[in-house]
Amino acid sequence: MSAQTEAPLFTGVERAVINRLQLGLPLTPRPYADVAEELGISEEALLDTLTRLLDNGTLTRFGPMFHAGEMGGGLTLAAMRIPDHAFAAVTEQVNHFDEVAHNYRREHDLNMWFVLATETREDIDRVIADIEAATGYPVYNMPKEEEFHVNLHFPV
Amino acid sequence: MTPRLHTDVCSVLRNSPPASPWGLLRLRKLLEKGVPLTPRPFQTLAEQAGLSEAQVMDAVDCWQNDGLIKRMGLVVQHRTLGYRANAMVVWDIPDEQVSRLGRQFADIPFVTLCYQRPRRLPDWPYNLFCMIHGVSRDRVEGQIEELIRTHQLQQCPHAVLFSSKAYRQRGGCYVGSD
Repeated sequence: MSAQTEAPLFTGVERAVINRLQLGLPLTPRPYADVAEELGISEEALLDTLTRLLDNGTLTRFGPMFHAGEMGGGLTLAAMRIPDHAFAAVTEQVNHFDEVAHNYRREHDLNMWFVLATETREDIDRVIADIEAATGYPVYNMPKEEEFHVNLHFPV
Repeated sequence: MTPRLHTDVCSVLRNSPPASPWGLLRLRKLLEKGVPLTPRPFQTLAEQAGLSEAQVMDAVDCWQNDGLIKRMGLVVQHRTLGYRANAMVVWDIPDEQVSRLGRQFADIPFVTLCYQRPRRLPDWPYNLFCMIHGVSRDRVEGQIEELIRTHQLQQCPHAVLFSSKAYRQRGGCYVGSD
């Protein structure tokens, strides 16, 4: 994305750290020192900045994203059509399932969208059946057929 | 039960002595919490997992190559970074064109995820899904118009599903919807 965000305001160092570390951490014995050198700051300044951004909640975590689909488990995107009057109750029922990883309300006839991540591929069908039984509404199962790889980056 | 960790693939590629599956399992659990903010984070992880620093670095390298680790870096809450609008844009693309168009979409800087998924007729005719995160709804709408113009998709049925609320997000595991 080329767009600069309007808010919140970051210092120059914070900006540099956030943008650089989204690209990854080098696999070297002193990776923070190497990144700091690249950015022209000290290792201590980099670690302090990172600690502060994590502590104040700007950043969620620093570490690898595991690709659930590569770990042998099941993974799918699912959608439901839930009437307004039932939406809150069904949301609660759906989120009660540990396998539900993200749940978004979206503006469409199919208005509830969530990801299911299960221990094994076979579990997907079972969890979908359980969700349908618990809520009384059908679940549309939309597993990926092909992934087109993007370089995810949110510049600030 | 032996943990499923792709260790077979890794051991033949690396120089460090093979790590025990249990050590690797401990390492994975530790990594799910994050990389330590210490000057030698891989050494710190090694001490906690009962491995050597070299084994930790080899394992991470291997998991990255395998695709088990999708990305080794900051996990950002795009909302707190100022990206407040998130739209899932879905398209009904003829099957023989979907791969080509999917690859083109994935190269567009503002497209943050792109997948081919099955249609669910008659309710759901769309087979190509892309996610756009932007600073505002107006901006995202403009980006969608730009995408339609650039790729000449004026005739192509599509729908834009802005999210109005996130009810659950979970860190640590990339699961591909957001």
